[in-house]
Amino acid sequence: MDEIIAESPEVGDNVPSAEQMLGLEPTEKPRSMFRRGLEVFLENRLAVVAFGVLVFYVLLCFLGPLVYHGNTSHVQMDEITLAPGPSHPLGTDQNGVDELGKLMKAGQISLEIGIASGVLASVIGMLYGAIAGYVGGWIDAVMMRTIDALLSIPLIFALIYLASTLGRTKTVFIMVIALTSWFSLTRLTRGDTLTIKVRDYVAACRMMGGRSPRIIFRHILPNTIGTTIVNTSLSIANSVFALSVLSYIGLGLQAPNDDWGGMFANGSSYLDQNYWWMIYPPGVSIVLIIISCNFIGDALRDAFETRLQKR
Amino acid sequence: MTTYLIRRFFQSVVTLFIVSIATFGMLHLMPNGVARAMLGKNYNPTSLATLNHKLGLDRPLIVQYWNWLDRLVIHFDLGYSYQRNQSVNDLLKETLGQSMYIVGLALFFTIALSVPLGVLQATRRNTVTDYTITTFSFIAYAVPVFFLGVVLRDVFQVQFHLIPIANQIDSFHAAFSQPGQMILPVATLVVSGVAGYSRYMRSSMLDEITQDYVRTAVAKGATKRRVLYGHVLRNAMIPMVTLIGLSLPALVGGALLVEQIFNIQGIGVLTINAALQNDFVIVLGTTMLTAIVTVIGSLIADISYAALDPRVRLT
Repeated sequence: MDEIIAESPEVGDNVPSAEQMLGLEPTEKPRSMFRRGLEVFLENRLAVVAFGVLVFYVLLCFLGPLVYHGNTSHVQMDEITLAPGPSHPLGTDQNGVDELGKLMKAGQISLEIGIASGVLASVIGMLYGAIAGYVGGWIDAVMMRTIDALLSIPLIFALIYLASTLGRTKTVFIMVIALTSWFSLTRLTRGDTLTIKVRDYVAACRMMGGRSPRIIFRHILPNTIGTTIVNTSLSIANSVFALSVLSYIGLGLQAPNDDWGGMFANGSSYLDQNYWWMIYPPGVSIVLIIISCNFIGDALRDAFETRLQKR
Repeated sequence: MTTYLIRRFFQSVVTLFIVSIATFGMLHLMPNGVARAMLGKNYNPTSLATLNHKLGLDRPLIVQYWNWLDRLVIHFDLGYSYQRNQSVNDLLKETLGQSMYIVGLALFFTIALSVPLGVLQATRRNTVTDYTITTFSFIAYAVPVFFLGVVLRDVFQVQFHLIPIANQIDSFHAAFSQPGQMILPVATLVVSGVAGYSRYMRSSMLDEITQDYVRTAVAKGATKRRVLYGHVLRNAMIPMVTLIGLSLPALVGGALLVEQIFNIQGIGVLTINAALQNDFVIVLGTTMLTAIVTVIGSLIADISYAALDPRVRLT
């Protein structure tokens, strides 16, 4: 039972002493939230590696095609399903299309949609949560019960439903994925809002004639931004996952504009022929992006959620 | 307890009501809605108007919603697929058995494995064992179900031929009589499920270990074994009940992908194919059904939680 005794909380060097806070002693310039956050983030080795992986993929997908010119557009019957070799580092697919070039092109779509819908989901979730928490009363109750209800529709069914009814374009996918993944942030932001709206500075603002939008946008939202940043990272991971699921079951963007999920689905239909180079590069890319975003999210939580730092 | 039950039941009804509005709304907010989608290539203004009238789609939306809800609640009629010329209920009868079988098996093995793993991690906290399991569960948690399924298929069926490649499983009987074919689909769901559940079990155990009653028991001289398994484990299991209720949507969603990978004609494959053929009545039906099952699941979970933990009833 020795585990029972919790480790004593470590006091960070950046906590000012009582004298400093009272202004009895000259203080150094207080560091911004982002500066302090960055320091905590950089201490987390795993997160730095994860960030490196993310940067690698962004460079590979968006700058790679400028350097590497693989055939990604026409069918070449004399080059079909070649194993990786000097002329095609990742082999070719059933149409003789270069897999590395395709991986870059598909990665652009995965990352673009993933990041766009991840950010959009965060914006929706943040605003909805702040409004529900700020307004309170029965409007809050209705808004939150609606979320409970929507959460009981399994995500994949909701995605299939929306994607198949609204048509399949990039914009639709960004909207659909964002619309199905903002709920968790809403709950967190609403919780934060409930504690912030009773603070003195909010009362002061209201007394001086500040209207609700001003209070929400100038006082409440900036104080919940830490939660939002953490959640955006996790939300991007979810969006990349959601898009790849849709593509895997054939409801994603159509080839040749498919994403990594589509490439993976195409490759895995040749599983029995053992064309591993068509399956694992896109599959591993999806997994690496999701794991990286999750690690970064965890590190950001340590860095930005001040509640955890004050322990 | 009765008050709690009534309130919780009422909440579920409200939830289902909102779900029904949302799913119905999604379908009917499409431009020209159901009829246009059903006609597909045969679409022209005349046929659209005829079909709209025939299906009652030219009536006000609220009337349509009421009729739909009435059929759903009174007769549990989920609709009729004109493309397949079959009612959604019949299609579900053909597919639900094998899907429920897989989900049930997966849930059973997930719990059976994650409880001991969580206990192991909690009792060996911050040791090599703990870190190893944590690392593996973190990776397993991040790996999409479809990737895991394809990897398992590749390793066990294609590379090493340990399990013969499945013929199509299209009935509950086929699923039940070929346990060998169920290993990989269930394993796929179990691996991703255990990753999340064992983490939860670990922290639930750690929460309980720090409680006062544990200190009391230790002070009385109870053995470590007795404290852990007689007191801590029993209490730590209670939150798992809620977790099972909450994770049902994810499990059902995962089963959908697993069916697609392993060629099982369940409710998931039915939904996917219907979506690909623009047969939205089926998609609406299966979505509504899974939502109902989920809501009932979390209702049962909450009631069991209240029954197991007396503190809940007081709030």
